[in-house]
Amino acid sequence: MKKNKNNLKEPFVRIVKRDNIKIQKIILIYSIAIVGGLLLSGFISMMFSDKNLVDFFQSLFTGAFGSERKFWLLLQDTSLLLGTSMALLPAFKMKFWNLGGNGQILVGCLAAIACMFYLGGKVDDFVIIPLMLIASVTAGAIWAAIPAIFKAKFNTNESLFTLMMNYIAQSLVSLCITIWVKSGSGVLAPIAYGNIPDIGNKYLLPIILFVVITVLMHVYLRSSKHGYEISVVGESINTAKYVGIRVDKVIIRTMILSGAIAGLVGFVLAGSINHTISTASANNMGFTGIMATWLATFNPLMIILTSFFITFISKGMVEVRKTFMFTNDSISNIVVGIVYFAVIICSFFINYKLVFRKKEKEEIKK
Amino acid sequence: MTVTFLMSAIAIGTVLLFGCIGETITEKAGHLNLGIPGIMCTGTVGGCLFVSFYMNSLEVIENASWIILILSSVFGAFLFASLTGAIYAVMTITFRCNQNITGLAITIFGNGLTQFLMHSYVDKTNFSTAGKIIAKCLPFADGSDGIVKVLFGHGFYVYLAIIIALITTFIFNRTKVGLNLRAIGENTATADAMGVNITLYKYVAILIGSGIAGFGGVFYIMDYVKGSWENASTIEAFGWLAIALVIFTLWKPNISIIGSYLFGALYIAAFVFGNISFSGREILKMLPYVITIVVLIVTSMMNKKENQPPASLGLSYFREDR
Repeated sequence: MKKNKNNLKEPFVRIVKRDNIKIQKIILIYSIAIVGGLLLSGFISMMFSDKNLVDFFQSLFTGAFGSERKFWLLLQDTSLLLGTSMALLPAFKMKFWNLGGNGQILVGCLAAIACMFYLGGKVDDFVIIPLMLIASVTAGAIWAAIPAIFKAKFNTNESLFTLMMNYIAQSLVSLCITIWVKSGSGVLAPIAYGNIPDIGNKYLLPIILFVVITVLMHVYLRSSKHGYEISVVGESINTAKYVGIRVDKVIIRTMILSGAIAGLVGFVLAGSINHTISTASANNMGFTGIMATWLATFNPLMIILTSFFITFISKGMVEVRKTFMFTNDSISNIVVGIVYFAVIICSFFINYKLVFRKKEKEEIKK
Repeated sequence: MTVTFLMSAIAIGTVLLFGCIGETITEKAGHLNLGIPGIMCTGTVGGCLFVSFYMNSLEVIENASWIILILSSVFGAFLFASLTGAIYAVMTITFRCNQNITGLAITIFGNGLTQFLMHSYVDKTNFSTAGKIIAKCLPFADGSDGIVKVLFGHGFYVYLAIIIALITTFIFNRTKVGLNLRAIGENTATADAMGVNITLYKYVAILIGSGIAGFGGVFYIMDYVKGSWENASTIEAFGWLAIALVIFTLWKPNISIIGSYLFGALYIAAFVFGNISFSGREILKMLPYVITIVVLIVTSMMNKKENQPPASLGLSYFREDR
């Protein structure tokens, strides 16, 4: 033993898995990461401009909360991201890496727009809107069910499959636009038919809708038999088989639900917000939704916080860009990227801890 | 017509080939790097930055030397791309973060950084001259036509891609290093028990893979479109196609040479053939993705061992977990 001690040196730092961690410590780690990430982003923005750090944070907040309209928009976009995250959540809970949120939203949106385009003016709006809803939800569900069926039957890699489905959905949208827009401009003008009537103000509908869905999803995952099956499949497929859960059925059923909610997001985008469609209509929410879901450690109520935070940064960065006079909007992608890095690394400090080498002298004393 | 079509197909194929080889190397080490699209973007900006430094240091820009332009673009692309890859490597290897999430963040970051730097801070004034010099083909194929032009009429990067693909295949299949790397991808714990330095192998694989992927973007900007810059999302789209291509070619870099040219042909067919309708073009653009899905399904149905993704793909390795 003594001989070994001379030859083998204990590494300077080693990584040990944590058993349990207090909630205060988790919050502390996340706060440090978020503040650190934002400070770093602020310094980077300063490097390319003559403004200072105070300007950075000031415009970050005015961009998000500056006026009543901005605040409502912040809430509306948060709710859309929340809806998308709710779509992704059940799939992620069973470790089905659904990277196809964008595509599922887009086909939902496309289905609604198709109803508006073909039926608008011929049928009453009160008939069109329910039809749009059914079409969107079905389209989203089908788009998600295709990869799920192959995953369940042949174990086809779902993350790559759903990723490809995004691009097919995009091509489908540009195909429809080229057919619908005769002028060849490639831009579909907003359609006046099949617009969902406002309740209170025009931002309120998605907010209420997706908060309700979040609560329902919380109950579904926590207290229903389906929710239990999802979490067992996510923990271990073999355990699920031994308990007698039909794994393929659970995968397909959950993905249909997932796609249906994504389709619903598309329905709101088409009917209530944009009234038109482009290949960028999903606003990359399929990916930001993954971030929101994962950062919230798959907890539906936490997702409200994370999706608010993500929307806050992207809205605030619009104002930062104006104040710092950056001529293109990509600076916000840089900042969002940096903040993501900072927050993603948190998972390491939550799951593991670093143990530093004790000083030799102390060991000898013992 | 056919010659232009084949030339463009090979050029687009080369962009994809670089990305595909880079991703294959990373995936062989068990890391699914969804950051490749972003890494290809930062590679582009690195290469372009060094080219602009060199071009601005010259008094007569027409005298720019071919070899220095190639070297500076290769060096810049490799440096920036592998630095971005290093972020991914530190986060997924040392900090054991989720690879999918980290990769997506890298892509968002890389796209933003590239768009930002290319738009405002890279001097693009001499790029068309530089592009023409970089795209210069082998001397004996100059002015030729037909099959000779298709085979030999490309710039340096096209042949670099083929050489890298062949070397990578050789390393994977014929050397001890390749065997160790594949062992890590298949079963990290076993490789660890074999005495392979897991962390070192993973880091080197990701850095080199990312660097190679970075060539794709710089080739597209400097050689194929001769120095004009639209936006980063074009290159990002190539990056996603490159990831699709890895599956299509069953993680084999030598097959990926053919595969990438096929994808290039499918991608470019929509633009080259003028006589098809707009909607026909959109359907053609969809084809590479549909084909990838079909390949994905067929390989998973055949369930042959050598055609499967590396078994530990996407899993973080912690020695004490066992």
